[in-house]
Amino acid sequence: MSTDTSIKDPAAGTERAERPQARLSDVVIRFAGDSGDGMQLTGTQFTNTSALVGNDLSTLPDFPAEIRAPAGTLPGVSAFQVRIADYDIHTPGDAPDVLVAMNPAALKTNIGDLKRDGILIVNTNEFSKRNLVKAKYEHNPLEDGSLDGYRVYPVELTRLTREALADLELDNRSRDRCKNFFALGMCYWMFSRPLDNTIAWLEKKFAAKPILAEANVKALKAGYNYCDITGVFQNRYEVEPARLAPGLYRNINGNSALSLGLVAASRRSGLPLFLGSYPITPASTILHEMARYKNFGVTTFQAEDEIAAVCAAIGAAFGGSLGVTTTSGPGLALKSEAINLAVMTELPLVVCNIQRGGPSTGLPTKTEQADLLQALFGRNGESPLAVVAAASPSDCFDAAIEACRIALTHMVPVVLLSDGYLANGSEPWRVPAVEDLPDLRVEHASNPEGFAPYRRDPKTLARPWAIPGTPGLEHRIGGLEKEDVTGNVSYDPDNHQRMVELRAAKVARIADELPPLEVDGEPGGRLLVLGWGSTLGAITGAVNLARERGLQVSRLHLRHLNPLPNDLEEILGRFDRVLLPEMNTGQLALVLRGRYLVDVKTLSKVQGRPFTRGEILAEIESMLEA
Amino acid sequence: MATAPPLTRKDFQSDQEIRWCPGCGDYAILKGLQTVLPELGIPREKIVVISGIGCSSRLPYYMETFGFHSIHGRAPAVATGLKLTRPDLDVWVITGDGDALSIGGNHLIHALRRNVGIKILLFNNRIYGLTKGQYSPTSELGKKTGSTPFGSLDAPFNPLALALGAGATFVARTVDIYQKHLVEVLRQAAAHQGSAFVEIYQNCNIFNDRAFAYMTDKDNRDEQAVYLEHGKPLIFGNERDKGLRLAGTELEVVELGTGGASEADCLVWDAHRSSPNLAWLLAQALPPRFPTPLGVLRSVETEPLEQAVIEQIERAIDRQGNGSLETLLHAGDTWTVS
Repeated sequence: MSTDTSIKDPAAGTERAERPQARLSDVVIRFAGDSGDGMQLTGTQFTNTSALVGNDLSTLPDFPAEIRAPAGTLPGVSAFQVRIADYDIHTPGDAPDVLVAMNPAALKTNIGDLKRDGILIVNTNEFSKRNLVKAKYEHNPLEDGSLDGYRVYPVELTRLTREALADLELDNRSRDRCKNFFALGMCYWMFSRPLDNTIAWLEKKFAAKPILAEANVKALKAGYNYCDITGVFQNRYEVEPARLAPGLYRNINGNSALSLGLVAASRRSGLPLFLGSYPITPASTILHEMARYKNFGVTTFQAEDEIAAVCAAIGAAFGGSLGVTTTSGPGLALKSEAINLAVMTELPLVVCNIQRGGPSTGLPTKTEQADLLQALFGRNGESPLAVVAAASPSDCFDAAIEACRIALTHMVPVVLLSDGYLANGSEPWRVPAVEDLPDLRVEHASNPEGFAPYRRDPKTLARPWAIPGTPGLEHRIGGLEKEDVTGNVSYDPDNHQRMVELRAAKVARIADELPPLEVDGEPGGRLLVLGWGSTLGAITGAVNLARERGLQVSRLHLRHLNPLPNDLEEILGRFDRVLLPEMNTGQLALVLRGRYLVDVKTLSKVQGRPFTRGEILAEIESMLEA
Repeated sequence: MATAPPLTRKDFQSDQEIRWCPGCGDYAILKGLQTVLPELGIPREKIVVISGIGCSSRLPYYMETFGFHSIHGRAPAVATGLKLTRPDLDVWVITGDGDALSIGGNHLIHALRRNVGIKILLFNNRIYGLTKGQYSPTSELGKKTGSTPFGSLDAPFNPLALALGAGATFVARTVDIYQKHLVEVLRQAAAHQGSAFVEIYQNCNIFNDRAFAYMTDKDNRDEQAVYLEHGKPLIFGNERDKGLRLAGTELEVVELGTGGASEADCLVWDAHRSSPNLAWLLAQALPPRFPTPLGVLRSVETEPLEQAVIEQIERAIDRQGNGSLETLLHAGDTWTVS
């Protein structure tokens, strides 16, 4: 193997060997390494550059709950999968075509997913006896033939990076921390990506420490040139820009999109936004992002606990703000009593639950959809509220606006369900025009004439939002049962029955204003694949594959989980069978069976990972063969 | 705006029937609050009374202001969210010893450490009333109640010491039946900018009657209590013949007069000392060794949280301009598909 790694400007291309350039339509790359190896960063850079190239893309970060598990061990492996394509894709890909393994532990935990004949780039310098033991390898996999069947590219990543940075005043530890950029440079060469975006990013990130910017840029270029000069890879690939709908795009992850959706809802409603939150994985980055938007009048409050976070949001809502709280499953459990206070006091409140694997602390960094029943029913008494779900990273923007719209127009708490996969996964987002966003302006009650705190809007059944500071509207609300209209405390039996029914009717009426559901494919037939939340991509991909194979299958995805759309029952009735993939053991299926007496078939996956297209396709095929 | 006629106590009475037990100390506290609020010159609609759960927490229903009867222990959190977003409002929290110190202990200490501009009135009757008489976190050790038939085993909280420990900037104690004293303390609490914490000894004549009789019975009133008055020496006793003196790092009771100490030896009370150390000593002054201190232990102004929050937002707007949604959505690396 040639060891010429002299740095050259890739653009100059003085002695570039011309190598065949193959066009790929679709490729899945996974970067895997130790938690300290910067794999999330590497993957994000590859993603952002691919977005600027114009590819469609979808990402799947996968990292441990431990910030730094012991180096080199299996639990410490952090991975980032990205799929890039020249067409409209829906998932981060079932199995990687390319795996970059920075150490034996990363190889061990990820090799099982790599496609047969897939490309494997390994950092051979990390395959020491000690590291092999840490990864629980008895034999060196690079030597025992277990990797036959893959296209293995052993690269001395650590040594080559050190050599490339030999002339910089850095210790070896600092040099070694640049090896992920050497690997990234290799991938940039292999997939014909430009380096300038990442170079600009490094120079900005390390503006205060120019030597680190220089080191990482050097490592990036060295990796690129290493491929260019040595001819280590037989092939170079090109993935053309995707033919997406015209418009301005940016790459965005779910938590960022959700944050922007909240800010947009605040601006479109004219209400200041108050976010009460307590740090919890995988929701915390929403708090971080919102805390930066002070110049949008956003107040963020890191509360002493989950309960205080939601209570403060309720207090803010009482005062006339758009009150929001963000959390994950364990936090939603703690908030349940306070959410019920918002149910009883009929205040607008948006509760964003970024679901993770449960029960209890569960799998903090892994994804699941198992909080649906908690969101629907996890409170004492008859406690109806609205539940909406986001279906893709960029859809978190629209879902957040829809959650705020419902809360504000119906004076009701809304649970917005996202999950770890959407939170951290990213995709290109066509940026909407501000004027196309819904108008969420609301009016606070102001006229004392005939005012009563529970006198309802005849259409929506919403009560007036009468905020402190309004003369003549002084009134008291609370968690005790209210007398209809007056809002006074009432223990009257008939009144309680009426109020329970009114609260339910108010939520049910939300469905009256929803647009008709759109079935993808034939409006009726043998099989409908139904979904909600983050399974959208995998279901869409699987249904499209099934159609390519000549199967007739339709697809429907739900945004609103409470109330359910009015036309859902009729649509379900048009199909012989309904398949419902869920990352739980059948929670929506339970609701649909109970509600509509429909025989929904559950496809369950609770492994902390999203469905693959293949898993759903196999089920579709088996159901249609039966 | 034309000047409205001054408000009276009656203006703060709601049309709701009061449902506390006859003889409950809560009536006197309600009356005290309804006496102070009209004096403040704040329109009724700008006043919000927020409570948790318990007998005391029914108070908002009886006030002709905005009111929020929230859930157990959480009133300081609800009030914090309201005050941070609506600093123009005058926000009062009504709570009890179980609500504030047991289930809501966390919210109480955090509200105090943050110095949010809310007034917290803790009705301390040393018992759970609404759940029919279990011991509370302020019940004395050995208390026999429905849930402790053989006597309670866990030591009580000292609410004032807890508040001081949490960094409270205004800490005071008063008694339900001392209407004049109660009103004066509430007046000072109302004038405080940051968090104000007032412990109010409140008699529950059903489940814990005479809990404070050791000091409220006529013969004991001056013997068992010392009234803190800013700038005045700490003197007490039926004959004003006793005082509190600093002995090293502790307080001691001294006899005044012939052969004893003089007034000049007694600690002169300064509620505005920035150090909470002397207030801490007073908070720890417990019967039977000491008279019970009544009045303002600490009153120190620092910037309330809501003000700091607003200033941070204003600075951000000054620096970055009022946020444009258009610009925000288009931020970061973008590309155009045509």
